[in-house]
Amino acid sequence: MAKTANPISRSVDALDQWVNERAGVKSFYKQHLSEYWAPKNFNLWYFFGSLSLLVLVNQLLTGIFLTMHYKPDAEHAFASIEYIMRDVEWGWLIRYMHSTGASLFFAVVYLHMFRALLYGSYKKPRELVWILGVAIFLILMAESFMGYVLPWGQMSYWGAQVIISLFGAVPFVGEALVEWIRGDYFVADATLNRFFALHVVALPMVLVLLVVLHLAALHEVGSNNPDGVDIKAKKDDKGRPLDAVPFHPYYTVKDVFGAGIFLLIAAFIIFFWPEGGGYFLKPDNFVMANPLVTPDHIPPVWYFTPFYAILQAVPDKLMGVVLMGVAVLILFFVPWLDRSPVRSLRYRSWVSKLALALFVIAFVRLGMLGLAQDSSTFELRFWTFLYFAFFILMPVWTSFEKTKPVPERVTT
Amino acid sequence: MSKLIRFAAVAILLAASGPLLAAKAGNLDSAGTNVFDRASLQRGAALFANYCMGCHSAQYQRYQRLVDDLDLSEELVEQYLIKGDREITDYMLSSMPYEESADWFGKGPPDLTLTARSRGPDWIYTFLRSYYLTDDGWNNTVLENPAMPHVLWDLQGIQRAVTETITDDEGNSRTIVTGLELDQSGRLTPADYDRAIRDITAFMEYIAEPAILVRQRIGVWVLLFLTVFTFLAYLLYVEYWKDVKK
Repeated sequence: MAKTANPISRSVDALDQWVNERAGVKSFYKQHLSEYWAPKNFNLWYFFGSLSLLVLVNQLLTGIFLTMHYKPDAEHAFASIEYIMRDVEWGWLIRYMHSTGASLFFAVVYLHMFRALLYGSYKKPRELVWILGVAIFLILMAESFMGYVLPWGQMSYWGAQVIISLFGAVPFVGEALVEWIRGDYFVADATLNRFFALHVVALPMVLVLLVVLHLAALHEVGSNNPDGVDIKAKKDDKGRPLDAVPFHPYYTVKDVFGAGIFLLIAAFIIFFWPEGGGYFLKPDNFVMANPLVTPDHIPPVWYFTPFYAILQAVPDKLMGVVLMGVAVLILFFVPWLDRSPVRSLRYRSWVSKLALALFVIAFVRLGMLGLAQDSSTFELRFWTFLYFAFFILMPVWTSFEKTKPVPERVTT
Repeated sequence: MSKLIRFAAVAILLAASGPLLAAKAGNLDSAGTNVFDRASLQRGAALFANYCMGCHSAQYQRYQRLVDDLDLSEELVEQYLIKGDREITDYMLSSMPYEESADWFGKGPPDLTLTARSRGPDWIYTFLRSYYLTDDGWNNTVLENPAMPHVLWDLQGIQRAVTETITDDEGNSRTIVTGLELDQSGRLTPADYDRAIRDITAFMEYIAEPAILVRQRIGVWVLLFLTVFTFLAYLLYVEYWKDVKK
């Protein structure tokens, strides 16, 4: 430190030193930002991780403000949302940011997960990063389901009714379990109250904790890249990977640009298309919950429909629920189902490319079938079969397919 | 090759989601409302107060908002729109007690604040133009056997159904309504009646979401700001990455 500095900068330096001796802020900053070495060849797919974080922050902040005006009471919940939409200053904007954020959260998370499948980001040594990510996905599903119940519209109510009743398929204790979840003999005030507690306190805490662990695990092993090359293999004489750049400032500026594009899309939806064509905010949910009137059609929100379609593909309720659960839980095993010696799809054969393409088509098609009212059972089963075939057959084709040689350094 | 896969994946996603987003209009007429036309909203407000609020409420909408949003003076709202002894800060509640009306009609008149969001403007527009008189009273081609009689009949006149008897493959015949025709004209011409209904529909679109009047205007500025922000962020990104990408 310069001795000639003025009293103010001397005080700042002293404070800086005092804090660092006790909290290690500087080493944290170095480890995770200025000296976190990230591969320099990240492409479009690598924006969705930081965008997920951006949406998470948006959900937390807008959620806090919504909580200030929302009333978790079956008598008042619906009206309190309309109060937010009309009488609270900028309430409509905060609410639309939250409701649009929920849908966009799943959009970016699905794309983020697809990136991992594309470049084998779950493979050794990043299995734990992937497992924590799938755990985040699971908690996110619970979080959004409970959040969807809070406006207490018809779709909130009957959606909750349908989803909670799935637990009734559990042998022996099913009915007792359902009653325990609802806290009443039907979906009622008690259900709304506990879902509120879980949505605004319990699950967000778990979510944030898991995100911290997800990032910590990632930063321990380092990021993968589109080539699946191990960048730590080639270092300069200072021990820096040759194919990497420090996360800050290189990827912070790049992610800010990505965030700008994303916010343009988000703002367009929030200000010009908040209902998302009925997929983000459902028309039926503008009718207050009425336990006496069952809607003709109770489709889940779009981001759950692929799994809902898998449930519908099975005639037996218990087996359907099990299969739906397996459809999500099977993701945990992907690091061990993939036997390929290479990570990235770039250096795999046409078999892997075809398999991933078919999987994406199956997932999207299942999503569409889950939304529709009278989907053909044959189609439901066909795409469900393809969905599971992707995972079950993965050890087979990844063991036998002929891979291309992986370059030593990343390509651009 | 990887670019190709990327584009293929995105293309597949987009292609597959295309039909998902296609609107399913059914056989409703397009309302053709313009919620930014203040005159239309004002006419709609008057019709709504006179014809709908005898029975229906708009329980989440305050009269005060009409002053703020529709360029109406407090005096005008108090004189023409507020019924009974309500204050300007009150919600737009019908003077008919809900419980008793449920007894009279078998079903209480639903609150209309959010109908334009739950049913859609086209539904309201078509519904209010699709009443016809039968020997058993009023019926409607959009909502069969409605609890509500045709309260606007003096404006529209009386429509009768044009029917046709069809026989299906199994030899059962039944009568279906193929169209409606005006049997006795009302105080308004059909074109003026359509306009009146369009005004009511526009007003209901507005009360369903008062923010609709401002959000798009604000949205334009937000998008402009974000465009400039993103452009500057892009320049910053290019500047930083100049020495990495040789």
